[in-house]
Amino acid sequence: MSHRRFHHPDPNATFVFTKETESQIAWWEKKYPLERRNSAVIPALWVVQKQNGGWLSEAALRAVGDRLGMAYIRVYEIATFYTMFNLEPVGKYHFQVCGTTPCMLRGADKLKSFCERKIGPKGQVSRSGTFSWVEVECLGACVNAPMIQINDYYYEDISIETLEQLIEDFAAGKEPKPGTYAKRQTSAPEGPATSLTDPALFDGSRAEPLKTIPGAPQPAAPEETKA
Amino acid sequence: MADTFKLFVDGVEVDVPKSYTLLQACEAAGAEIPRFCYHERLSIAGNCRMCLVDWVGAPKPIASCAQTVGDMRPNPDGTPPRVETKSPRAIKARNGVMEFLLINHPLDCPICDQGGECDLQDQAMGYGRAGSRYSENKRAVDDKYMGPLVKTVMTRCIQCTRCVRFISEVAGVEEIGLANRGEDAEITTYLEKSLTSELSGNVIDLCPVGALTSKPYAFNARPWELRKTESIDVMDAMGAAIRVDARGPAVMRILPRVNEEINEEWISDKTRFVWDGLARQRLDKPYVRENGALRAVSWGEALAAAADMLKAPAGQIGAIAGDLADAESMMATMDLLGSLGVVSLDCRQDGTRLGLDADGTRLPRESWLFNSTIMGIDEADAILLIGADPRKEAAVLNARIRKAWLRGSVPIGVIGERADLTFEYDYLGAGPDSLNLLKPGNAMFESLQNAKRPMIIVGQGALAREDGLSILSAASGLAASVGAFKPAEGWNGFNVLHTAAARVGGLDLGFLPGKGGRDVAGIMAGAASGEIKTVLLLGADEIDVSKLGSAKVIYIGSHGDAGAHRADVILPAAAYTEKSGTYVNTEGRVQRTARATPPKGEAREDWAILRALSAVLGKSLPYDTLAQLRAKLLENHPTFRGTDFAPHTNAESHAPPYGSVGSVQATPFRSPVGVFHLTNPIARASRTMAECAELAAGAVAVAAE
Repeated sequence: MSHRRFHHPDPNATFVFTKETESQIAWWEKKYPLERRNSAVIPALWVVQKQNGGWLSEAALRAVGDRLGMAYIRVYEIATFYTMFNLEPVGKYHFQVCGTTPCMLRGADKLKSFCERKIGPKGQVSRSGTFSWVEVECLGACVNAPMIQINDYYYEDISIETLEQLIEDFAAGKEPKPGTYAKRQTSAPEGPATSLTDPALFDGSRAEPLKTIPGAPQPAAPEETKA
Repeated sequence: MADTFKLFVDGVEVDVPKSYTLLQACEAAGAEIPRFCYHERLSIAGNCRMCLVDWVGAPKPIASCAQTVGDMRPNPDGTPPRVETKSPRAIKARNGVMEFLLINHPLDCPICDQGGECDLQDQAMGYGRAGSRYSENKRAVDDKYMGPLVKTVMTRCIQCTRCVRFISEVAGVEEIGLANRGEDAEITTYLEKSLTSELSGNVIDLCPVGALTSKPYAFNARPWELRKTESIDVMDAMGAAIRVDARGPAVMRILPRVNEEINEEWISDKTRFVWDGLARQRLDKPYVRENGALRAVSWGEALAAAADMLKAPAGQIGAIAGDLADAESMMATMDLLGSLGVVSLDCRQDGTRLGLDADGTRLPRESWLFNSTIMGIDEADAILLIGADPRKEAAVLNARIRKAWLRGSVPIGVIGERADLTFEYDYLGAGPDSLNLLKPGNAMFESLQNAKRPMIIVGQGALAREDGLSILSAASGLAASVGAFKPAEGWNGFNVLHTAAARVGGLDLGFLPGKGGRDVAGIMAGAASGEIKTVLLLGADEIDVSKLGSAKVIYIGSHGDAGAHRADVILPAAAYTEKSGTYVNTEGRVQRTARATPPKGEAREDWAILRALSAVLGKSLPYDTLAQLRAKLLENHPTFRGTDFAPHTNAESHAPPYGSVGSVQATPFRSPVGVFHLTNPIARASRTMAECAELAAGAVAVAAE
């Protein structure tokens, strides 16, 4: 990751919240006491990023600072700290390709070079404005490696072929389903089960009938006579 | 005892308050703990890890700055915890931290201005390893623009965040931040805007490495070739403790000294960066005006010309002392003019109504002092500012009020300009009318009345006006009616905040119009109408010299400013770094500057000029040396007898109200300090200050990259 800087900051630019954005920020703000309303800054930035087409302009950041009564530098610190905030324009579909070890071992490098060929250089919006891609660190879906986050959803067990299909589908305006693209249920093992296959394990036949209920109260012991 | 905690540090048993950090406890035991991010006056960050110590039994080394002693547990057998600061584990831990810090730190000490006074350099020597095992590329960081005062070399930064904490906590403006993270973390201002705080220069001292250094001082000198002189600042009336570093005849920089009672360890940017003004616009030769032009002359000629002018009848002579005049020169002026029978003397060139009552009698000293003392602000539990803008008039004092405000329970009220003071306050009004509203039943009145340590701070904005005396009386009357005068507890809550270093000294000396004498306005009017023939300006530049009419002007001072431009005779004098002069700060604390460099050219110390002038006039002053003058000063003016302490309030102190009641005008209070950076001739001669003033005025577009 390189230094994150603003895309052409313009001190005269202004940013206006939509009604929807404003109501969402107000909802988040209300969760905190008035003097701690700064706490709503991360969700506020997120909501504003959504409104702004997936990235935060400098004017948008200032608007959030003014909205929450924070110094701009404090908002700037947060916006640059979290990689989920994009300070430069992104495509309509922003691909975040995981490049950390498990994904790398399962072929993330190939996905990256495919993205570079198909979409363009890393961190730049494709000519059509539809796509952009970046490499990110672990997104926590290693069991489904390799994976790509596209806008808000994880697309998992991606191969070159599925990636090509995804790009085509998105370009065609379709909404491909998120989740795994391997033949398995979420992150369960691929193919049929290899252990615990004996049906008797599951039909109750191996259970021994209970004689007493464990933990049930014992009948009171007969009272001993005092010596 | 319940609120102390016992522990062993390197085998030394210490019993410290539970609120102490482990670092403080170690220091109490005499152990030395290296640190970068920890600073006594800032919040604790705990991110440099240099202060690691070995708590015997703990699984890992402990960052001692972030470990509160009260949270530590005793050993399983009940004995107090043992902490080792010199055990092999502690040494190894620091060694490792040091190695990591140096991995990305450039080895550019030979071209670094911090070299020789660098915490990283010193601690690398003390705690680091001999060589580097790191052969990969070092990281590099873009330098950031932070304004005309702070130079940045960000590759050297070790991310201790002291500057971030100082600017937001002490200076009270959130302007510096730590952007990005991990290896990309970098200190920056928002979009590289210039810092706007009056205290921004302090980040240079705080920076433990050479990332933030002084821009005007850059590449000018090495610390070991500088002559260090401990002195007193005269840029405002606080009298902050400074150290003047000089090489040869030039002052190279000014640094703060610790004085808990005045400036803690901060100084304002004006104090710190005014030094280039000491080398510009200097009067280094005597001059006499002939046919409208100034001609350089010998001392003999100049003194003869000045003496000629002073031969006018005593009633036609007036003298005005400026904001930077020391007590010695003011006393010499008083003695000389007194022997000539001159009574039109005034040290209040801003026209403040302190010192004399309406009928011309002297007011008690308490009426012009900051009686609660600056340190008293730490105890104050209700503060009212009347016609004062402390951020501009005494920036370091403003930080102290902010510190009181940060405690959270101190109500602060302001009557005057609605300025950004870096703390929140109740705005009560703009002028004297609002002062009259402070009566029983008013919220601010009640909180002052209920406070144990109420403070009423009256600025020159309220006093340097025609009705200043009435306002003095009203404000001190308010102090009396809320019970701010508590002699039994040593507390007088009535305070006057001065803007000029010379003012209190002048008032203490009685450099004031005598019986039938004229004050500054009177002298000016007299000069304009021709009734005053000769005006002696003792470094007075803040008056409108164009209104001096056809009067002959003798100017004794160090800089070619307004006064010198109007003068008919210029007698070049020494600036505050070039003489040992006595100044009395706004609290009434008598302090002495020290001579760091000799005066420029043929310039002489002010008192010596006056002594020589007196000889030419045949009225030789009865002292030939500074020591004799001082002896006389102490003899005649007992308030000068002790130095470096503020006067105490006790049963013998005069109680408010001070001055006689009079009518007030409705005009709102305005601070006399228009532009913070340009309040005196030295600052106006400084290029750095001019640049700052321009930036502050918004005239210069902020350079981005």
